[in-house]
Amino acid sequence: MGEATGIEIKNLYKIFGPNGKEMVQLVKDGMSKAELNEKYNHVLGLNDINISMPGGKIEVVMGLSGSGKSTLIRHINRLIDPTDGEVLYGNEDVCKMSQSELRAFRRHKTAMVFQKFALLPHRTVMKNTVYGLEIQGISAKEAEERASRWIARVGLEGFEDHYPNQLSGGMQQRVGLARALTNDADILLMDEAFSALDPLIRMDMQTVLLDLQEELHKTIVFITHDLDEALRLGDKIAILRDGAVIQQGSGQEIVLNPADEYIADFVKEVNRGRVILVDTVMDKTKTIEGGMTISSGIRLEEAAKTFADSGVGEASIVNGDGKPIGVLNVHDTIYAMVTPASH
Amino acid sequence: MRAMRQSIDGAFKDFTRAYGDAIESAFDPIKDFLIFLEHLLINSPWPIILAVLVGIVYLMSRNKTITIGSLVALCVIGYLGMWEDTMRTIAMVTVCTMMAIFLGIPLGILMARSDRVQSIVNPVLDLMQTMPSFVYLIPVVMIFGLGKVPGMIAVVIYAIPPMIRLTNLGIRLVDQDVLEAADAFGSNSWQKLTNVQLPLALPTIMAGVNQTIMMALAMVVVAALIGVKGLGQPVLNAIANQYLTMGVMNGLAIVAIAIIFDRATQAYGKRLQKHSEVIHG
Repeated sequence: MGEATGIEIKNLYKIFGPNGKEMVQLVKDGMSKAELNEKYNHVLGLNDINISMPGGKIEVVMGLSGSGKSTLIRHINRLIDPTDGEVLYGNEDVCKMSQSELRAFRRHKTAMVFQKFALLPHRTVMKNTVYGLEIQGISAKEAEERASRWIARVGLEGFEDHYPNQLSGGMQQRVGLARALTNDADILLMDEAFSALDPLIRMDMQTVLLDLQEELHKTIVFITHDLDEALRLGDKIAILRDGAVIQQGSGQEIVLNPADEYIADFVKEVNRGRVILVDTVMDKTKTIEGGMTISSGIRLEEAAKTFADSGVGEASIVNGDGKPIGVLNVHDTIYAMVTPASH
Repeated sequence: MRAMRQSIDGAFKDFTRAYGDAIESAFDPIKDFLIFLEHLLINSPWPIILAVLVGIVYLMSRNKTITIGSLVALCVIGYLGMWEDTMRTIAMVTVCTMMAIFLGIPLGILMARSDRVQSIVNPVLDLMQTMPSFVYLIPVVMIFGLGKVPGMIAVVIYAIPPMIRLTNLGIRLVDQDVLEAADAFGSNSWQKLTNVQLPLALPTIMAGVNQTIMMALAMVVVAALIGVKGLGQPVLNAIANQYLTMGVMNGLAIVAIAIIFDRATQAYGKRLQKHSEVIHG
């Protein structure tokens, strides 16, 4: 599989209500969500969204309920029609596709995993998994061959003939994941895919997803309301509030430089040791030869563990070639892990 | 007022004179099928028919109690000399139910797809269910005269509303999340209908089939008024002559058929839903 194509969202607006199109200009002129609702009885769903989702990476869109994140992900395969703006996949604008082009796009380019699993209750695990291929008109035999590979990959071997309601929530979502993967699409849309699972199972599924992504390199759009999940999975994170993007960047950027109070509140509780890289904290002005080394690109928590295990107070940070690029000491490590960002 | 009534009646009479034969012949295939089925049930040796009927009940229900119950009920009916009337009624109800299903399910689907169709069909169904059946027997009899076809039409009109309503309801109640998933994988509307909507609406649709059968059976006595033979006629006869035993016996035969049909179709509907039985604890 070649490098997956990214998704470019440009000036996307969604206004719910009978005359959404006419309201766009008002919003562009600066009318707020509350004002629009009060004066015109229209709900501003998405407000001037611009996100560039890199191909082959995991883009996390995070926000609390009502922030418009589920609305946003449904614009990528146009389960919801935008009021204004563009969703570009390569050179194609999803918003301009005809119904049949859109169906073809959904069949071949995208696959989706849902918060409530949305499995077909009258079909077995196998029959659920082949659903996408069946819709494409692929023969049952080939479809089942391809599906059984993914069923095994998500750890459901032996459950092919079970019905969804014989399975636990975690297992049902594995079926949802297998169904999406079997489609072999470039884009994987995950709408709060793990939110309905209990914490341990959720961690487990995150690991499954990260392992899969290591070999598949799909363009994954992952929606969540959980910052820890966002930081663990996201190559890039966009934070949404009231239908607008308020900050985008890597997990570390967001934790270290929250754009406003709202995000600062959010990241206060985060385990910073798992987010911040040693590269950020180390003293770049110094290098030391010899002694203990820690490789660049690892997280503070691991570095702290290395310090604790060895009892040494200072280590040399080395890049991939083993060349020292900075120095990290225990004090700075602990300090970076505990200090909340001053904002 | 009187002039208006006369002119409408007159116009309708002219209409029936002009087109009555054409309309009647349009129903010939169904009538032929009904007569064929009736002859088959009556003229074949009774042990074969009994075996076939009980066999069908077993295949549908896979339940010994229901099967044995049906066998006993049919034997008693035969012993009491009501076999032939019962067979006529079974033929009639079978054909009417089939017609109601073939017409009702597509109509129900149409209704589920469009709110406008629903708002038009709903009052018509209300009318069909509340209008005293004798009233719509009048134009039917004017067109077809007395006999099987008007009887069938009357029964179908009376029995089809639950089929249409419950198909509509079943499809409308299908989980939106699952429909959205079907959309997200690029299903077209036919694929959505056959893969998602109909299978998930099936329990409700089966309830509709069941109701339709029950209502068709209830209508048998009324249909007897316009010349449909079967268990209804002895009941009418018993009413007219105050033959209590005869009325009760034939009435109980109708009840017996109703219970057999009901249990068999319900058990069949349940078996189709076997995926919902085992729930992860």
